[in-house]
Amino acid sequence: MDACKRNIIAQLKKDILPLQGLKALVTDNHINIGFRPIELAFPNATFPTGCTHEFLSASPKDISATYGFISGLLSKMMQTGGAAIWVSTSRTLFPAALKSFGIKPDQIIFIDLKKERDVLYAMHEALKCDKLISVIGEIKEINFKESRKLQLAVEQSRVTGFIIRNQPRIVNTIACVSRWRISSLPSELNDGMPGVGFPRWNIELLKVRNGSPGNWKVEWASNQFKEIKENIFSIQQAQKQKAG
Amino acid sequence: MIHRQPELKNVPFVLALPDHGRMRITEVNVFAKAKGIFAGMVVTDAKIIIPGLQVFDDHLNLADKLLKRLCNWCIRFTPIAAVDGTDGLILDITGCVHLWGSEPLYLKAIMNKLKSFGFNVRAAIADTIGAAWAVCRYGKIKAIINPNDQREALMALPPAALRLDDMIIDRLQKLGLYTISSFMNIPRSALRRRFGQQLLLRLDQAFGKEEEIIQPLQPVEAYMERLPCLQPIQTAVGIEIALQQLLENLCNRLLKEGKGIRVAVFKGYRVDSKTESISISTNHPSHHINHLFKLFELKIATIEPALGIELFTLEASKVEDIVPLQETFWTANGNLESKEVAELLDHLESKFGSNILHRYLPNEHHLPEHSIKLAASLKEEPTTTWPSDKTRPIQLLQKPKPIEVTAPIPDYPPMNFRYEGKLHTIKKADACERIEAEWWHKPGLQRDYYVVEDEEGKRYWVFRSGHYNSDTKPSWFIHGFFA
Repeated sequence: MDACKRNIIAQLKKDILPLQGLKALVTDNHINIGFRPIELAFPNATFPTGCTHEFLSASPKDISATYGFISGLLSKMMQTGGAAIWVSTSRTLFPAALKSFGIKPDQIIFIDLKKERDVLYAMHEALKCDKLISVIGEIKEINFKESRKLQLAVEQSRVTGFIIRNQPRIVNTIACVSRWRISSLPSELNDGMPGVGFPRWNIELLKVRNGSPGNWKVEWASNQFKEIKENIFSIQQAQKQKAG
Repeated sequence: MIHRQPELKNVPFVLALPDHGRMRITEVNVFAKAKGIFAGMVVTDAKIIIPGLQVFDDHLNLADKLLKRLCNWCIRFTPIAAVDGTDGLILDITGCVHLWGSEPLYLKAIMNKLKSFGFNVRAAIADTIGAAWAVCRYGKIKAIINPNDQREALMALPPAALRLDDMIIDRLQKLGLYTISSFMNIPRSALRRRFGQQLLLRLDQAFGKEEEIIQPLQPVEAYMERLPCLQPIQTAVGIEIALQQLLENLCNRLLKEGKGIRVAVFKGYRVDSKTESISISTNHPSHHINHLFKLFELKIATIEPALGIELFTLEASKVEDIVPLQETFWTANGNLESKEVAELLDHLESKFGSNILHRYLPNEHHLPEHSIKLAASLKEEPTTTWPSDKTRPIQLLQKPKPIEVTAPIPDYPPMNFRYEGKLHTIKKADACERIEAEWWHKPGLQRDYYVVEDEEGKRYWVFRSGHYNSDTKPSWFIHGFFA
């Protein structure tokens, strides 16, 4: 009896997913972000494309880390070519740096606007165009209604939207599949070598629809996300203690 | 002149220019002419004949300018209007007459309009430019010459009506050939021997045996559609309908020829002889009616119809071949070439202005701010590969900001720096990357860039500008943030 009920519940959960805007992905359209723990946090154990993701950053310094993480995701999504649009008001992103994340910077069109409202409009229009891979918008304030509009647009077009919210006044709930917060971590080189290593981030998945939030420490090296092994820390600390 | 000062309508007046210390008359109106005043007379002499003669300053090229303006104005009657010499206009009215009903009505419409401006004009309609020219200047019977009557109409006219040189006219006069009929039947070889090739050419042109091409003042765009309106249009809805109709005509034509619009101009000719125009441009050649209409739609509000618009034109000033895209079975990934993306960008551009779109290509320069350049179009491909050997920050400040640092000299990375009032202690740093200022473009100091990481794990790109000298302290700047 119990097993029967569990089966029914599992089936119902599966049926609810598409109703909530998470359509089951066609197998060949599925992207692999190359980092299993994050994928497992999402329903169907795949990173959802064709929906909107929200990225919070509490301080302007975390913006770089957010850019980095999004670039990493974008590079996975753009592996088979395609174009993306980046909409913002005061852009500081340096296109040439995208190369180090495995993206051809000339495949990204930057739209630099004057007002936040225009960004929202442009992003909405861009999300309606199904020939794009992704649309990234830097919007500080967005209300639920506006975010719902974006979500409806992507449900039609299956484009992936990333909303970067840099220091919003209020962290209100918006209609996104997930909410992330990315911050930088000190880099480490193997065997305690001096110098600055590969970028490392603390990735917090604060909210995820029908999934389980989580927290990971990730390094971006040779175009891959890699989990940071805690034991490196311990070895180094041990070494330091020995030396000290 | 009369247009601006109506009180001059019925008085003799002349225009004069200073010439060798006296005023010489350059233009004479009808009333003055009747009293025996002619161009070239000295003003003082003329004033003896008519004591109350009004004299105005002539401007050089005034007549030319006026004629050109008039010619431009005449475009409302036909797209092919040309200036002829110093005193005439030639309009090619092929296919325009039916819009006004018939030839007499058409001619009357033009004459009435010009008369109301205060011009004394004569006009004629004929099959050839030569015949029209002759009839309008020397003809006495009627202004509209039917194709069959052309020969007879010309026969009675003097040889001057053929646009000949004075020398030839003089010679014909001397020989007693006062009308065209008196020499048109003389064998051509004899005419050529005595009067030269010009006479034969003009004769042929007048009778339509030789083609004559006019040079329109505004060359007609190859892709242009016109829509005259019976009633002047004043409403936005009316303008939209006109635009829709013009777009349909133009796009159907472009579709057949496999071309698409890059730049298009929509013009409205207003009743008060002003022109309103809006223009659009696209990123990819397009003949998609709805898309083009949407682009124009955003700008229709800027058209001011005032008393009404009587003629709409739509011209494609830049047209390109549409490269037929290969249909793909699997269209999950579009790219920059796809039509939908181009249409989206056109839409955003026409809404927010043309300088919002930026796409970057690698540029072979060392200074980070010059290492990228704007792409001219969506299709432009990078000529060199994107460099990947150097680390570059994901955020680059438009202008490096000065920071205060504590750094061991001479060539070590700083130990700490103060940026925006906050002290950052540097925990890790990479060896310096020296980027020389490109002196062949602009002299400057070399920069020693360091990638540094502070205690919070944030990574920065700082540089020292110049060397350590005994007298000057080098300044430090922050230029970017790493991911």
